[in-house]
Amino acid sequence: MGRRRFLTYLLGVPALAVATHITYDSLAGEPAAAALPSPPSVEEMFDIGEALVVASAPTMPLVTLEIGEDGVARMELPRIEMGQGITTSVAMLIAEELDLPLERVVVTCADARPELLLNQMTAGSSTLRAFYDPVRVLAATARARMLAAAAAQWGLPVSVLTTSGGTVTADDGRSAGFGALSAAAADPGLDVGEVVPKPEADHRLIGTPVPRVDGRDIVTGAKKFTMDLDVPGALPTMVRRAPTWNGEFVSLANRADIEAMPGVVAVTTISSGVAVAAETFEQARAAVCEVDASFTPGPVPHEDNESIMEKLRATSLPFLAPPIGAVTVESTYEWPAAAHAFLETECAVADVRPDGAEIWSGFQAPIVAQQKIAVELGLPQESVTAHVVPCGGGFGRRVFFDTALEAALISQQVGHPIKLMWHRADDMRHGRCRPASVQRFRATIVAGEVATLEQRVTGVSTDFRHGLGEIFSATATSLPEGAQQALVNDAFGQAVFLTFVSSPYHFGVYDKKLLELPLGIPTSSYRSVPNQPARGSEEMFVDEVAERLGVDPVEFRHSTLRSERTRAVLDAVVEAGDWGRRMPEGCAQGIGVHVESRSHTAALIELDCRDPRNPQVTRAVMAVDVGRVINPLGLEAQMQGGLAEAISLTLKAGLHVVDGLPLEGSYSQYHFARQKDFPDDLEIIIMPPAGDPMGGAGEVGMAAPTGAIANAYTRATGIRPHTFPINHPVDFDPVPPGLLPPPAFPEG
Amino acid sequence: MPVYGFTLNGTDVTVDAPEDLPLLWALRDKLGVTGPKYGCGIDVCKACTSLLDGEAVRPCSVKVSTAEGREVTTIEGLADGDTLHPVQEAWLEQDVPQCGYCQPGQIMAAVDLLKRTSSPTDEDIRAIENVCRCGTYFRIRQAIESAAQKMG
Ligand code: FES
Ligand code: FES
Repeated sequence: MGRRRFLTYLLGVPALAVATHITYDSLAGEPAAAALPSPPSVEEMFDIGEALVVASAPTMPLVTLEIGEDGVARMELPRIEMGQGITTSVAMLIAEELDLPLERVVVTCADARPELLLNQMTAGSSTLRAFYDPVRVLAATARARMLAAAAAQWGLPVSVLTTSGGTVTADDGRSAGFGALSAAAADPGLDVGEVVPKPEADHRLIGTPVPRVDGRDIVTGAKKFTMDLDVPGALPTMVRRAPTWNGEFVSLANRADIEAMPGVVAVTTISSGVAVAAETFEQARAAVCEVDASFTPGPVPHEDNESIMEKLRATSLPFLAPPIGAVTVESTYEWPAAAHAFLETECAVADVRPDGAEIWSGFQAPIVAQQKIAVELGLPQESVTAHVVPCGGGFGRRVFFDTALEAALISQQVGHPIKLMWHRADDMRHGRCRPASVQRFRATIVAGEVATLEQRVTGVSTDFRHGLGEIFSATATSLPEGAQQALVNDAFGQAVFLTFVSSPYHFGVYDKKLLELPLGIPTSSYRSVPNQPARGSEEMFVDEVAERLGVDPVEFRHSTLRSERTRAVLDAVVEAGDWGRRMPEGCAQGIGVHVESRSHTAALIELDCRDPRNPQVTRAVMAVDVGRVINPLGLEAQMQGGLAEAISLTLKAGLHVVDGLPLEGSYSQYHFARQKDFPDDLEIIIMPPAGDPMGGAGEVGMAAPTGAIANAYTRATGIRPHTFPINHPVDFDPVPPGLLPPPAFPEG
Repeated sequence: MPVYGFTLNGTDVTVDAPEDLPLLWALRDKLGVTGPKYGCGIDVCKACTSLLDGEAVRPCSVKVSTAEGREVTTIEGLADGDTLHPVQEAWLEQDVPQCGYCQPGQIMAAVDLLKRTSSPTDEDIRAIENVCRCGTYFRIRQAIESAAQKMG
């Protein structure tokens, strides 16, 4: 954010958007040896990533690359780095095409740029799918301009020039660095004609393992997250929130007492509660705990996990009548609400003045945020700057900007810059959660084959009011006919469901339906959105069907999978994981496969259930085929992250709602996996690229291990789990609703 | 307000603060040292892990008065100028970080472990409670083992 020390020149803005092709890979699926073929699903015709890619394409020409007199290439990427490694991957694309050392490429997160329209939302594992072609064309154009500028200066044809290491060299030995050429290269009069990126066979960096470009900043503590920014005078601020979900502030009884507390600078009220700005966060926390305020009860003051599940079960859509004479298998899997629990709690810095505002936060969807914040502040949109700060994990929740809006309103009211941070207890309780869902399945078996598979998902509504709706409307015209009908006819949640979820099997006629219950609970999408519960559960159900048929779960999958690519990842884990090897009593292997965002994954898990209250994943083998790999190190990291999610959500992490608020208020209560829960025997197999189009990576690693863990549990214990997480006791004393726990100073 | 003095990453500092202000907020809000991260405030997530007289503590749950006259080392003070600590080196070599938010605490916990034992066992590593929400545990383990070898 500091002023640039070097003049930079805009380079490589292609006149035309790079054509974005929608690919329909394996639409029909390959014929299966022993299964009833299924027609392609909506997701196979048009997946959510494609919606985002298509939506991004029109404004891609507004994304630019600059090269400074210092010879450094800079790009402000209209996406957010949340740990998924996109700044590293995009820097690799630029370095590759520009023939520039990676250290001289700087990729940062762009501020909200409303002119980008739908091209600034980080979601759907789509960043690299959207940027792979445009960024390479951009960087290739910049390189062509460097060559043209040198050729003009030296009076030589481009054909005798080469580039390497950020330098143009002529066959007569003359050379010039990109920095020295940058002004001439930016001359609009320079004609470079049509530029084509390097053929993939020439890639030297793309596809190789590259460590994170921000690694050194991270390990030295220099990386700045939102709360680390030095915004002069910004006061640490916390909010006293309602004792129930979405309760709204009504009145404050002791304002003067709060104002008089040590370190307190200002007190104000917003709809979500009472904000206290203080000299330090601890003083804000202490003051917040003394607040005597009343709130509306909110929409669900009496709900708890069981009452919510009851409602979901009661409204679940019925199955169709099975064909006469068919054998049916039915099963239900229930998932409670889950916390995103990113390590950096909800936070934002706001500096609102009468004539304009600056907001800093980890925005996944900054344009919508900027628009809505401007409206709420009564300012024109262009006078609100929304800075996108790399965040400490997003996992889907930072598509919303509730906290940035709160911070802006508080700053406006107290007339001072503030930094608003949610306490962990509030982040877990009041932060938008992943909604609870009930997943029901029925398969009908005719003559030893699955003839129909019905899935009925009933979930508490997922809130998508953050711009994804606009993206769907805008891309509707590029949808294939069948998908268009399916999406346009259905509610929006169903559209997301259908473009995100599809089954990798030939199970005859598929019928998947989502029904959402709008209860007023604060919700948000969660990494992989419907997939982890929906497909993870289906993988468990596939094991149940295989068992009914008396077939080995691996064989059953092998003979019913639609795509050779899925079969290949399955084979890979079966072989590397030595499927079927003898395990001690109480331990077992489990298998799962998954297809999402055009990527194929499989997981083989070994689970030790000898302590049934604390099953341990002792070994995991995962295989992933993403079509085209940019950075295998980053891809492997995403798979490890997916495994951590699967271990947590399947075995031990979930929210207990009581009287309209989760009990969990910290990691000692919400049991996200720690070091002791993660296997030290782990193998991740990255399938060699075979020319398939690029799939997503960030979210695709969760569903296969989810199924595999539950399947291993069943094989180890003989018990088929139907409610998750498998072990979910209230093994703690909850903090009273509304209060924030004090520091845990040692006694004495 | 009382004034407390301690050595912070090799430099003597003083801070004007209530006696029971957690060291974390003295560092972050008063001294502008932001390497130690907030993740829970109650000694659970371990994101703020730093060293007090060379031993790991969680500054969110240590009073600033406890630091009086002592040596505080945060992630910023771990490297020797441009020369990284072997644990930091190992972290880079294994490409541990994802979002990076937990990593200052993870690194300081590893430094502390390797001070206590030059050849950490599986159990030692499993006992590290620092939460990594991104799930970098496998690489953390590899990095600790690699650092142990280098330092051993
Ligand atoms: S913030 Fe100190 S342990 Fe969590
Ligand atoms: S790297 Fe994100 S929390 Fe550990």
